[in-house]
Amino acid sequence: MAKRKNRGRRHPLASAALLILGLAAVGGGYTVVSEAADASAPAPAASQLTAEDGQRLYMANCATCHGVEAVGTKNGPTLIGVGAASVNFQVMTGRMPLAFQGPQADQRNPQFTQEQSDAMGEYIQTLGAGPDKPDEEWLDTSATGVDIANGAELFRINCAMCHNVAGAGGALTEGKFAPNLHDIDGAHIYEAMLTGPQNMPVFNDNNISPEEKRDVIAYLHYLDESPSVGGWDLGSLGPVSEGLFIWTLGLGSIVALTVWLTSRPN
Amino acid sequence: MTAHENADATPHGDALDKIDTGSAVVTDDGFENPGFPPHKPRQTDLDPQKEKRAERQVFGWFLLSMVGSVFAIVAYFAFPITESDLGSVRLNNLFLGLGLSLGLLGIGFGAVHWARQLMSGEEIAEDRHLTRGTEATRARAVEIFKLGDEESGFSRRSLIRNSLIAALALFPLPAVFMFRDIAPKEDAVEAIAHTMWEAGTRLALDPTGTPIKADDVTIGSAFHVIPFGMDNHAHDYLDQKALAVVLLMRLPAEDLNEVEGRRGWSYDGIVAYSKICTHVGCPVALYEQHTHHLLCPCHQSTFDVTNHAAVIFGPAARPLPQLPIAVDDEGYLVAQSDFTEPIGPSFWERQNHVNNDEHVQVLGQNTEDRA
Amino acid sequence: MTATQAARKQSLTSKASNYLDERTSISGAVSFLGRKIFPDHWSFMLGEVALYSFVAILISGTFLTFFFDPSMTHVPYEGSYVPLKGIGMSVAYHSALDISFDIRGGLLMRQVHHWSALLFVASIGLHMLRVFFTGAYRKPREINWVIGFLLFILAMAEGFTGYSLPDDLLSGNGLAIINGMVKGIPLIGTWISYFFFGGLFPGTAIVPRLYILHIMLLPAILIASLGLHMLLLIINKHTQFAGPGRTKGNVVGSPIMPVFAAKAGGFFFLVFGAIMLIASLVTINPIWNYGPYDPSPVSAGTQPDWYIGFADGALRLVPPGWEVELFGYTLTIAILAPMAVMGVFLVLVAFWPFIEAWITGDKREHHMADRPRNNPTRTAIGAAGIIFYAVMWAAASSDLMATHFSLNVFYVIHVLQALLILGPIIGFWLTKRIAIGLQKKDREMVLHGFESGRIVRKPGGEFIEVHQPVDEYERWRLTSFDAYEPTKERPNSAGRITAGTKIRGSLSRWFFEDRITPVTKSELEQSKHDH
Repeated sequence: MAKRKNRGRRHPLASAALLILGLAAVGGGYTVVSEAADASAPAPAASQLTAEDGQRLYMANCATCHGVEAVGTKNGPTLIGVGAASVNFQVMTGRMPLAFQGPQADQRNPQFTQEQSDAMGEYIQTLGAGPDKPDEEWLDTSATGVDIANGAELFRINCAMCHNVAGAGGALTEGKFAPNLHDIDGAHIYEAMLTGPQNMPVFNDNNISPEEKRDVIAYLHYLDESPSVGGWDLGSLGPVSEGLFIWTLGLGSIVALTVWLTSRPN
Repeated sequence: MTAHENADATPHGDALDKIDTGSAVVTDDGFENPGFPPHKPRQTDLDPQKEKRAERQVFGWFLLSMVGSVFAIVAYFAFPITESDLGSVRLNNLFLGLGLSLGLLGIGFGAVHWARQLMSGEEIAEDRHLTRGTEATRARAVEIFKLGDEESGFSRRSLIRNSLIAALALFPLPAVFMFRDIAPKEDAVEAIAHTMWEAGTRLALDPTGTPIKADDVTIGSAFHVIPFGMDNHAHDYLDQKALAVVLLMRLPAEDLNEVEGRRGWSYDGIVAYSKICTHVGCPVALYEQHTHHLLCPCHQSTFDVTNHAAVIFGPAARPLPQLPIAVDDEGYLVAQSDFTEPIGPSFWERQNHVNNDEHVQVLGQNTEDRA
Repeated sequence: MTATQAARKQSLTSKASNYLDERTSISGAVSFLGRKIFPDHWSFMLGEVALYSFVAILISGTFLTFFFDPSMTHVPYEGSYVPLKGIGMSVAYHSALDISFDIRGGLLMRQVHHWSALLFVASIGLHMLRVFFTGAYRKPREINWVIGFLLFILAMAEGFTGYSLPDDLLSGNGLAIINGMVKGIPLIGTWISYFFFGGLFPGTAIVPRLYILHIMLLPAILIASLGLHMLLLIINKHTQFAGPGRTKGNVVGSPIMPVFAAKAGGFFFLVFGAIMLIASLVTINPIWNYGPYDPSPVSAGTQPDWYIGFADGALRLVPPGWEVELFGYTLTIAILAPMAVMGVFLVLVAFWPFIEAWITGDKREHHMADRPRNNPTRTAIGAAGIIFYAVMWAAASSDLMATHFSLNVFYVIHVLQALLILGPIIGFWLTKRIAIGLQKKDREMVLHGFESGRIVRKPGGEFIEVHQPVDEYERWRLTSFDAYEPTKERPNSAGRITAGTKIRGSLSRWFFEDRITPVTKSELEQSKHDH
């Protein structure tokens, strides 16, 4: 019999307990703790600020790149005609003001209040009318006639190729990416479709009608609210994360079992 | 049990000596096999209390298994699935699964624990034999074949032997032909070389089938398009859709670098390209409205819409086929004709099905380094 | 229990055994197999992991066949998953959704089936690597290696056909890719695709056809090959690592009855239990997210299961424009080149035992498992192969690497293209150096013992560290391995050195030029005198 260096007086059941604990901690913990996090709805816009205030905010925070009178510079596009919907999306998802020059603007905490953003939106609307913020009616996903299945189908055809069928996001060219769509405010989803921020195409009302946009929002919110029925969803990334899981935790724990099984107890 | 005195002796020692060792270095100067080291007893062999404890642990595992299996049955009924309630599906999956896991793991851990701690821990040696049969067996086998040959005349009667071989070779052949009808009688190449698009077919939204007007398509838009009038109950709906799907985009007209012959194929910055990748056929639908790149999510082939969808990255070799479009009297977008070349992945006979009268070749690729 | 009860029970068992033996001669099988010896080493259990996950696949798969309907008839969805209500889909997808949402335990069995399939192929892969690195494919086990290789291919085929059955968007796009690849085959590709799909892609025939392959034809071949694989395992007996008391002429370990049976039987429950635990806690392939197959949509992150990943990655690594027109016909190099590369790779794997046997010319039977370090070139080839495979595999997730590490996806592909060529070369060189280094360390250990950590002052004032000689058991373990030297290129009977001999000679030099031979008795004596 070969000399085995069996240091450490591990209890014979230790590896068994470890396996169960490890798996339970990773999967069970996730499954038991319900992820009932709901996107906090923005406070209703009680706009006391005016377009003039918006202009001041614009001059102080945006004009360096987008130019005086929003005509654009080499660092930023013109904002004439982009509309209040675009301003609300870019500012209230924290994409603007830009944190740093990169392949695309990143989402972060908004730098302005809803009132300030609305004021800037009003100012931009005065320069040239563009799409306005959506009516509350199109954000009410509990309204009668909302069809989640229709929203899901439209999502698969128009959105899933970039954002992934489960809204997990995906890669675009040259370092750009389509972001994850979990827990996004309905208004921002609507505005993104309507205005086509950054490299996202525009989905105007002739392409996806306001009712249909509401269906898409309803589907995304349904995904946010539904538990992952099979357990831990591994980030909804598809077969790659499943393969990684089976090679690491899956095969890893089984190899640990084989080592225990063939070792000689002392 | 004792170790073998002579380490390398095998029951066929003599036969082994004659075997070619190739380029192996064979030495007489190696060490002798020291034989088994003294057996070290386990704690359960020495201490009856430990032995008793191990026995209790094994029992504990088997008991746990029984609890698990019963729990699984209980969970099956206690966590039923209620219609449209995903939470109930999740709990059913979780608790039924945990019960079954316990039922299985309990037996597994119990049995292995039993084997490791309580069954004999001594190792036993078993002799190996050369895999080949003994000389006598081999001789007998040869003799049997010879007898068979003699008694049947297999070697002698070469006419009937050869005709048997020919008959055996021929008999499976009909099966090959019988599989012809697993595909329709029509010509395969004809079937994939054309799509539903023809002159005047309106472009319609996928999946609703609503026809699209040119002024619906604002700059920066991307529309997912099928031919107007597709019947989604038709038996070949998906087959036709797989050939005909189109991506419609509108760019600022000045961004398009159109070649001479294709200037008439777009309409005021509106262009339509087949959505099926020329690499292996995934839908290429990731459109970036400012860079005008089209990316395939399967293998990252990237096409430049401003240059007639020329390949700028990835394994695709050809641009996406362009659908020539126009506007009809009512303002709706219509196709001028079918695609002028077969859509989708390349195939052997592809070149013969390019419509040479109407097709306008464009530069295949534009591979500046993008990384 | 009273004595009479015990006696009656005993006689019942013996009566039953007698009944059975008089009709089956089962006692012969028991006496032949019952005390057969299996050596204990954790890495010898990997094949069992594959076997047991296959059993889990069979059990869960049988459950699924009771509910799955492979028809491609188009129907509106009437099940209970809200985001698909009323959507048109195939009966196959509908029934897969019903299994997931409307049948108690259905989702669990689907997840067991899929997770054990992933584990099945993964454990086969690991098992093959173990056999490769220990040289356990050498005579007389070459045929069993080839059968094992066939099992690996069959497992992948089973996996792929299964992946395509639910007829959701993911599986449909997988089939679209296969369709595109098949069409790239010169001359007959278009027709093969046409026959395979029963007409145009996707058609309405493919799912039922794949279903028959998946549940009947492939499992039948797989089970037959598996039986043969295990029969040969019994005939050849298991290899063992060198150790005291273990020789080329014996096999040392536990007998089937009872220890090995208890361990292996228990291990089946452990593997199945671990799969069950994973299936109850972790989602796999949430088909409801993907929706029914439709040629228009596609999802970001459309990837095959891990074991087909290397093929998908190979496709992604091709640079643009690899296509030629030849006399009016199209040759799709972009598809043919990766297929050829993978084909050569797989053929090399399948025939490796014969290649190595040809190079060494060694016709002896080998029952001792090599430690990987003791055949540095083979180990280095294995490492190069792993890297080559892993780069292709990684390429299949280039988009996810880009998004998760904030990289440019084009850049990721370029790096992987370079690694596909350079990685195996660097890996080969590095592994060989490490293996030879470890061998030198082993030699050092046998010749001079290990450092005891005890410092002694000699009478002359000199300080030395006492080296403790290794005991005879350890010495045996470190010195009993086969060493080879390069073959000499000898002329054949006609007095000529053929090209084959030359190739073999140079391969042999490449293999065995750098080599460390085991310490011999006289070397040890010599080193003792030197001190």
